[in-house]
Amino acid sequence: MTVDGPRGAALAEQGRLPAERVALVDLLDRLLAGGVVVSGDLVLSIADIDLVRISLRVLIMSVRENLGEA
Amino acid sequence: MTETGTYLYAVTEETPSSDVEGLHGVADTQVRTIPCEGLVAYVSTVPLDQFGAEPLRRSMEDLDWLGETAGAHHHVVEEVADRAPVAPVRLVTVYRGDEQVKDLLRERHDDFVDVLSSVAGRREWGVKAYVDLSAPGPSRTAPSLGGPGTAYLKRRQAGLRSREEAWRQAAAHAEHLHATLSTVAVASHRHRAQDPELSGRKEAMLLNGAYLVERSRDDEFLKTVDDLRDRGVEIELTGPWAPYSFTDLEVRGDG
Repeated sequence: MTVDGPRGAALAEQGRLPAERVALVDLLDRLLAGGVVVSGDLVLSIADIDLVRISLRVLIMSVRENLGEA
Repeated sequence: MTETGTYLYAVTEETPSSDVEGLHGVADTQVRTIPCEGLVAYVSTVPLDQFGAEPLRRSMEDLDWLGETAGAHHHVVEEVADRAPVAPVRLVTVYRGDEQVKDLLRERHDDFVDVLSSVAGRREWGVKAYVDLSAPGPSRTAPSLGGPGTAYLKRRQAGLRSREEAWRQAAAHAEHLHATLSTVAVASHRHRAQDPELSGRKEAMLLNGAYLVERSRDDEFLKTVDDLRDRGVEIELTGPWAPYSFTDLEVRGDG
């Protein structure tokens, strides 16, 4: 989704961070904090758990691992 | 037999072409539509052994799963957005069945119509601003008024303060950037700044903005962004996005 994404591409070339992961962070900003929120008779309401926190923690852990291997 | 649920991606008004044949969503499931009272819900049937509350709690911590699922959800929203104004629904919204989705469209019909009309003909752009505090501050050599000694003192003072000043200036510029872009946009929203480890950049993020822009003003918006580049602040543009940040409809079904 990055229009002028030389930064993401450059990072990917350097092996620091895959370009698609940069985009995933932007996507998660929107998919986990935006969009219509529905609750009620659901199997799972996203409000039940702090998915944003969980997902970001996982992302950070994963990025650290990648940096460590590099 | 595995129990199933109905995964909801997005809602639009009913359009002549709501054909979704061949469109696949999360977990490679076939996307289908549920029309009801002039609205259409884009859904797919998902197995609850993956999309029930407990499995989701675990899989949301699996980065590969999360990336794949977010990508698939986004793909469906993008496809739908190409056809009609769309109200994207938050990730992993799963109903017990189609009847509950119909209830939602019936009960909150007017709210959806309001949201859809507020995003029609408009798209979301993302603008992020960073400041690199390790770089030397902007050199602002003022014309020397008081001879070489004074100039030296001024430079020295500037050097001591440059880091703090660079930060202050950059922060002020980011605020200005947000305010200026907001005047071109119909609506704006600030997401929280991304952790440097997530953004993949060593610079601090000063702005993580989303802007809802009339298509007819896209060029003006993008030019405004370009005009505001290079003032000690690095700007990154993403989009256009479906209006994820501007469908802040909170729907509470009582059913």
